[in-house]
Amino acid sequence: MAEKRIKIVAFLCNWCSYGAADLAGVSRMQYPADIRIIRVPCSGRVEPRMILAAFREGVDGVWVSGCHPGECHYLEGNYYARRKFVLMANLLSHMGLDKGRIHFSWISSAEATKFARVAREVAHEIVSLGPNEKLVKKAG
Amino acid sequence: MNNYTKNIRKISSNLLEDGRVDLVLGFKRGTLPMASVPGIARTPEEAQGFVWDTNCRLNLANYITDQKEKIGIIAKGCDSRNIVNHIMENKIPRDQVYIIGVPCTGMVDKNRIRALLDDEIKEFKEEGEVILIRGAGQERVLDKEAYLRDNCKICTHRNPVIHDDLVGALVKEQKIEDPFRDVAAIEAMEGEERWNHFEGLLSNCIRCYACRNACPLCYCPACFVDESKPQWIGKGQDPTDIRTFHFLRAYHCAGRCTDCGACEEACPMDIQVRDFTRKLVKDSFEIYGWEPGLTLDRRPPLETFKPEDSDKFIK
Ligand code: SF4
Ligand code: SF4
Repeated sequence: MAEKRIKIVAFLCNWCSYGAADLAGVSRMQYPADIRIIRVPCSGRVEPRMILAAFREGVDGVWVSGCHPGECHYLEGNYYARRKFVLMANLLSHMGLDKGRIHFSWISSAEATKFARVAREVAHEIVSLGPNEKLVKKAG
Repeated sequence: MNNYTKNIRKISSNLLEDGRVDLVLGFKRGTLPMASVPGIARTPEEAQGFVWDTNCRLNLANYITDQKEKIGIIAKGCDSRNIVNHIMENKIPRDQVYIIGVPCTGMVDKNRIRALLDDEIKEFKEEGEVILIRGAGQERVLDKEAYLRDNCKICTHRNPVIHDDLVGALVKEQKIEDPFRDVAAIEAMEGEERWNHFEGLLSNCIRCYACRNACPLCYCPACFVDESKPQWIGKGQDPTDIRTFHFLRAYHCAGRCTDCGACEEACPMDIQVRDFTRKLVKDSFEIYGWEPGLTLDRRPPLETFKPEDSDKFIK
């Protein structure tokens, strides 16, 4: 069956969640291969337009992950991010995008197990929603 | 001539005569009935061209961004809130603006009034809270309050929040039971229905950016729509690009939009772009207790945080 493979973009902060992905990898933990990782300096660096750009290019879901509150390498980047994400996710869903296509998490660099678990959850939810048709730029 | 117009002219010419400002920003008569245009007066004589009526729908705060001269500005409630935004965002120092406040009882919805006559409106007259319109062989007398714009109907800051002078006595503020009924109605729809609602809304958008240009909040030297490396949105009429533009335009107004309605006023296609920003106005208020442009003493929601902000939606 030639099903379209689901693609998920994960914006992971350099200091925590990216480290967790790395640790999950070297620990040989299994997590879905649908996830493409983009390393960012901080979850606060992630702008709504980057997420929109990912959808435009045809991803089926987006996942943003950073350090736990209080543990940001830049002290407070994730606190700002949290406020940005609430308003952004609410507006996107208001405009009719499925809520399940955008995910956020806090994962420290030691939490490889949590990384693998959240990756499975995120992938599961997005796979069950199927390919995304909204906000995708079609050729032509 | 109504008292507001008289006082606007008087205050403006005094300011210019005394050299207390270099120019005054106000409204002048447009070329059609029910139209006003932003205008500048640099001499007391020019200030005699200012008018005030219920068609001053644009927001003059749009024209003070990064200006170097001392500016007198006519400001109704919402405009004054955008001036507060500008001061807060370092777009102009407080002492560089002389705010001539206009206690406002609302601006009328030009489209609903135009729809009342079969033909073009040739004459528009306003007597207090009563409006008279005349077209070819037709005439109607209207109660102004029944024809207010949607944002004016639910406005709770009709009086200027800051001002150096006033053109009339303060007006009574409205008490609104359920100010976000419009947003709630969209929220109550199913996901697909909401998607289609905005699809329908945007189907006529010609990407002229008038909505962006009329908004005092949109002052970036390089707007994301014009950036090419990376290019965030394409240039054409692709529905995804249009949708992306509207999402980001609205989002950039998050925690800042005063619901002045200048965006809708400027749109040549009569698109209700406030449907996007209203959601953010509601969320900023309900989640962060924030109404933009009311005070210089608190920072806006996206510029600050509380450690105890909700984490509920985060895994
Ligand atoms: S987005 Fe529209 S309503 Fe909000 S401040 Fe800008 S022009 Fe006014
Ligand atoms: S002013 Fe109207 S037509 Fe022009 S870009 Fe904005 S919504 Fe589209």
